Amino acid sequence: MQDPAITEDVIAAHGFTPDEWSEVKRILNRDPNYTEMGIFSAMWNEHCSYKSSKKWLRTLPTEGPQVICGPGENAGIVDIGDGQCIVFKMESHNHPSYIEPYQGAATGVGGILRDVFTMGARPIAAMNALSFGEPSHPKTKQLVSGVVAGVGGYGNCFGVPTVGGEVRFDASYNGNCLVNAFAAGLADTDKIFYSAASGVGMPVVYLGAKTGRDGVGGATMASAEFDDSIEEKRPTVQVGDPFTEKRLMEATLELMATGAVISIQDMGAAGLTCSAVEMGDKGGLGVRLDLENVPQREENMTAYEMMLSESQERMLMVLKPELEAEARAVFEKWDLDFAIVGETLPEDRFLIMHNGEVKADLPLSKLASTAPEYDRPWVPTPAAEPLTDIPDITPMDGLKALLFSPNYASKAWVYEQYDTQVMADTLRTPGAGAGIIRIHGTDKAVAFTSDVTPRYVKANPVEGGKQAVAEAYRNLTALGAKPLATTDNMNFGNPEKPEIMGQFVGAIQGIGEAVAALDMPIVSGNVSLYNETDGKGILPTPTIGAVGLFSSLRDIIAGTGKDGDTLLLLGNTLGHLGQSALLAEVAGRADGDAPHVDLEAERAHGDFIRANRENIGACTDLSDGGLALAAFELAYAAGTGVTLLPKTISKLFGEDQARYLIACSGEQPGALREVAAKQGLTLIEVGSLGGDSVTLGDESAHMDDLTALYTSGFEAAVG
Amino acid sequence: MKAAVIVFPGSNCDRDMAVALRAAGADVQMVWHKDAGLPDGVDLVAVPGGFSFGDYLRCGAIAAQSPVCQAVVAHVERGGYALGVCNGFQVLTETGLLPGALMRNAGLKFVCKTQGLRVETSASDFTAGYNAGDVVQFPIAHHDGNYFADAEVLAALRDQDRIAFSYDGNPNGSQADIAGILSENRRVLGMMPHPERAVDTAHGGTDGQAMFRGLVGMLANA
Repeated sequence: MQDPAITEDVIAAHGFTPDEWSEVKRILNRDPNYTEMGIFSAMWNEHCSYKSSKKWLRTLPTEGPQVICGPGENAGIVDIGDGQCIVFKMESHNHPSYIEPYQGAATGVGGILRDVFTMGARPIAAMNALSFGEPSHPKTKQLVSGVVAGVGGYGNCFGVPTVGGEVRFDASYNGNCLVNAFAAGLADTDKIFYSAASGVGMPVVYLGAKTGRDGVGGATMASAEFDDSIEEKRPTVQVGDPFTEKRLMEATLELMATGAVISIQDMGAAGLTCSAVEMGDKGGLGVRLDLENVPQREENMTAYEMMLSESQERMLMVLKPELEAEARAVFEKWDLDFAIVGETLPEDRFLIMHNGEVKADLPLSKLASTAPEYDRPWVPTPAAEPLTDIPDITPMDGLKALLFSPNYASKAWVYEQYDTQVMADTLRTPGAGAGIIRIHGTDKAVAFTSDVTPRYVKANPVEGGKQAVAEAYRNLTALGAKPLATTDNMNFGNPEKPEIMGQFVGAIQGIGEAVAALDMPIVSGNVSLYNETDGKGILPTPTIGAVGLFSSLRDIIAGTGKDGDTLLLLGNTLGHLGQSALLAEVAGRADGDAPHVDLEAERAHGDFIRANRENIGACTDLSDGGLALAAFELAYAAGTGVTLLPKTISKLFGEDQARYLIACSGEQPGALREVAAKQGLTLIEVGSLGGDSVTLGDESAHMDDLTALYTSGFEAAVG
Repeated sequence: MKAAVIVFPGSNCDRDMAVALRAAGADVQMVWHKDAGLPDGVDLVAVPGGFSFGDYLRCGAIAAQSPVCQAVVAHVERGGYALGVCNGFQVLTETGLLPGALMRNAGLKFVCKTQGLRVETSASDFTAGYNAGDVVQFPIAHHDGNYFADAEVLAALRDQDRIAFSYDGNPNGSQADIAGILSENRRVLGMMPHPERAVDTAHGGTDGQAMFRGLVGMLANA
């Protein structure tokens, strides 16, 4: 088959700027052919090369005694003691999910699971952070139902419990939904597998599903803005097969146990190209691929198509030749393809052969290391005007508005479509705060949470970035966990706009300060830019996924609160209503500055919770919706009513940071207050659990009526 | 007491089932779906939950054709015990060891939550540890749990006291709220809910323990 001619339009369609194209020609000292152009475009697009973000990502704290592997591999790794570690990462699948919600979301889950088991870890938990357009937008319902079904369809079949996540709605996501998939796996620290190849003349082996034309050009698509022609891009979305992924995981882990694996890399974005280049580059080697040996499920595929296919459930591996028979037997057992498709070369060369013909002959290291890197112009986000007036509403009407909003109503409609308990180690299912998974067969457990408040980030990227980390820290802490490390999934608009780039730079600064202060370094992450449609960007959404550890199950603050409990509020309440949930939901306003984050207070308050867990019956952090919403959620979980002493809108709905609500009884309140007083921390009584009503100052509403709002709001809006 | 847990390529509750059986005192062996026979002296075969062959074609349909299922049928025909949970229940109906079929949930969505079940009969070795009429809490997690059988089969299940569990609040549209049924000789139980996810205080409930302890104890003494 004749390759198409390389015209200016073709070059532009592959995402090259004129400067980048000149650089390609300079590196090669000739014009690339069509396949070579495809390979360069796959390696140099924003999605794979991080060319706009690298400069800033480098500034993030990534080290600590608990970190075994930081960013740069398939996933980050953190030590949990006893020779065990947690391998985790969060990654976006935004563009595909908007185009084809079920498959886009499903393959997002598949991709992140592969990143985890590629390193030798068995996945033990998943989360999903989802952002959709306003509920009334004509596409929203279809996206919600498709994405949720896709997440569930893949994870449920694969057999990993989904233990947490977020779902939010905002008009800024009308044209670009966000699907951020998180996965964590468990491995032995002495059995971790990396991607760097070693040894010359070693066989390069293809594992898993066959290659088709699906996803060709997907990574380039994911690095572009959307416009009206978006529907035409549906064929670039991959199709997932979780059954094959489950077998690929089992076979890969079994194969690793045989000792045959030198290095291994999953095929994600830009499939064969990215995985082969990665393994060669990290090992300082070249790679030759003979494409006729690639298992194919469609006829007459060209070299270009095979190199850019994003067919799912595939792996590339460098194998110890003497163990080939054992390796092959494992894959035959699981009825998966196993094919030797090439070998490692001593020289810096990426040589692609197809039926004896040279289809590409490129300097391999240049593909990886000379990808462009930009220092894009940016402007700091101007300081927000202070909030001057607050909505004229009674506290109970405010609470009702929040409870019935799909942003704050119960998400049971979503998480009941996910298997939350497979593997039978789930100690806390989704619903409030973090999820908890026991480390199988041990007395340890890990907690997972994902957090960000995009309104805050837009108003004040630095404080918003800090707040996302601080909220993750609090969600882990409220259950008694020690936060260990963080993964960041940075979703932003077009980085070529200085104000968007300014949001990115600010958020990174805030995240960096917070993870340093709270000792939860960034160990993995992902950047998704160009989340814009017709020139309108999303709210900046740096999703933070975090992992915390319980060294013993006894450390878990597992209670739900009970009738008669005293409610204590830890932390200072000034009544900050700027960018609050109340303002957004009641008045549709996004005014004022984001609440500022006092990282020292976050740390001190977190330490207080962990040090005093025996005197805490139940605990939740305060975030969107402030004291009123947190108290309702605590009462709902306890199956009681609640009475709050504060009466003003600002005290009830203010979103000041570094705060926790504690339910306790008997001698506990006194004991906690004594410790707090000694440490100079603010701990005040704000009410009690009990009865069957919610009482806010002079107003009261029956718990049943509020529960009805809380449990029906989501479905009423988008179900 | 010896138990075998069948492992299909897409099984994902096989380990959970083995853990629950071992905790109850069983000697458990995992059996690969390509194996044509069961280990000698197996008292109980457990067909676990998951997506045996990706739920392609029909849940459990491909699994029912696997070599090991012929051995399972032979085991049951010899009077052996079998427990099918979730996908395992689907497999047992596809092999014909239990009547009826599991269709897509009436709500068309996957549903995972803790579900109340009424124990309909204590007259089986699976349910002897409960009292008829007890309400127990087991997790459910399925997309195709909507039990269907024709009127004749439903009448037979009722008349012969073969409905083991029924839903307290039907989550999936099952006829007669059926959550689990017994074979005629009462030695095969198929059920959609997951007793193996309710055997440990850490699970938040231990209502499944009585099933495993009762069954293992009875078979150990048999």
